[in-house]
Amino acid sequence: MSFWQIILLSMPKLLSGLTVTLYMTVFAASVGLFFGIVLCLGRVYGNKFARLLSSGFIELIRGTPMLVQLFILYYGLPVYGIRLTPLVAALIGFSINSAAYQAEYLRGSIQSIGTGQMKAALSIGMKKWQAVRCIILPQALRRVIPAWTNEFIYLLKYTSMAYIIGAPEMMAQAKFIASRNFEFFKVYLLTAAVYLSIVWVLSFVFSHLEKRLRIPGMVVTER
Amino acid sequence: MIQVVLKIEDLKKNYGKAEILKGISLEVKKGETKVIIGPSGTGKSTLLACVNRLVEPDHGRVLLEGEEITSRNAHKMRQKIGYVFQDFNLFNHLTALDNVRIGLIKVQKLSKEEATQIALEQLSKVGLSEKASLYPSQLSGGQKQRVAIARALAMRPKLMLFDEPTSALDPELIGEVLSVMIDLARSGMTMLVVTHELGFARTVADEIIFMENGLIVEQGPPALIFSNPQKDRTRQFLRKLTELYGEERIK
Ligand SMILES: Nc1ncnc2c1ncn2[C@@H]1O[C@H](COP(=O)(O)OP(=O)(O)OP(=O)(O)O)[C@@H](O)[C@H]1O
Ligand SMILES: [Mg+2]
Repeated sequence: MSFWQIILLSMPKLLSGLTVTLYMTVFAASVGLFFGIVLCLGRVYGNKFARLLSSGFIELIRGTPMLVQLFILYYGLPVYGIRLTPLVAALIGFSINSAAYQAEYLRGSIQSIGTGQMKAALSIGMKKWQAVRCIILPQALRRVIPAWTNEFIYLLKYTSMAYIIGAPEMMAQAKFIASRNFEFFKVYLLTAAVYLSIVWVLSFVFSHLEKRLRIPGMVVTER
Repeated sequence: MIQVVLKIEDLKKNYGKAEILKGISLEVKKGETKVIIGPSGTGKSTLLACVNRLVEPDHGRVLLEGEEITSRNAHKMRQKIGYVFQDFNLFNHLTALDNVRIGLIKVQKLSKEEATQIALEQLSKVGLSEKASLYPSQLSGGQKQRVAIARALAMRPKLMLFDEPTSALDPELIGEVLSVMIDLARSGMTMLVVTHELGFARTVADEIIFMENGLIVEQGPPALIFSNPQKDRTRQFLRKLTELYGEERIK
């Protein structure tokens, strides 16, 4: 088959896979952002109990392979009567995973702000959590945008692992088309091209966001 | 009756085994300016931080207008104590105006209009009306410190604490900050100032407190401390200061 035939043949399925991929990515990144903030604040500003719980959870997730986590959710939980569809298992798995990583990025960002900002906020009579909300987070979240961009791109690519538990994302579709037509090289090349172009678009969108939120003097250097 | 604004009673602080404050007692009365001097590492910053509980003391009491400051009421009491840091600590993501008014809005719950009006007033008092919309990184060190002073004053504090407010500044910028502080002292603000700007101390201080190794070595009116200190250590330290800092910057 010619390349054009391959494109015509596989695009509809690849694109329907892509919507699932994008859905999983956006879902996991957003849920991960929310719980990442919670975990990070627990680890940095929480009491002993919250600190222990957050750090334990973060280390557990970061210390085990993504695939093992997915298998536990999809193949392990049914042992206890909890049956998840592949998509739900993947959504939960990626969200939890991303939360742990995002918590650590944010923690690094908070640490780079320095203690003076907190002291100054307390000195005008703010309570600790008020200072976190009004002074620390607005700065830390801005600084974490580059790391968050990377996280988003990682996620986009990592969601391809969900094909292993049978979630109908783009990689699963690619595998299906490729093996049915015996066109492994061309189909996977095409798939790679789709991933790449999405990564480009994302990078562009995030660098635009970063510029819009930029405040004079608050330059983000890491990337 | 002369009102005592700040009373510190037998304050002690250890970091691990190191005794940083070994029992400090002092009083600042309404409208007074007291200046603390002393070698590096003596515990001057720790003392100020203990006053508004940015650091928790191990022993002793701090009273503001007769009310004891505890870790429980600290966030209420801090509103009445302006704190000016050596390295400014302006909120980096906020403009000068927002830096000054955020406490009014978030802590004192004033309306935005009211807060803005007070903030602009304070900025104009420190001579920075035109800089209201600039971010900290767009200001010089001296301007940053003046914004920090305006931020503290906007809360209408009973007491101002200054921790070496000019020692992070280039020499040519020190004067503008000192002159704001001198005006403030003369306007009747109660102030406790850690500084080695002896000209400032001579001009407005009611009392100089010489601290060393966590203790007050000597205290008294500037005229006495500068011309005829009673302790050898004070004399030696003052001589070293003059060598180090050279001529006084304030006439
Ligand atoms: N958080 C801390 N943990 C341990 N030691 C500390 C801490 N903060 C201060 N110290 C120690 O306490 C001592 C007093 O510090 P402090 O900053 O109060 O001195 P200072 O008189 O303000 O000195 P300087 O003139 O250099 O500002 C120093 O030896 C310092 O190392
Ligand atoms: Mg100090």
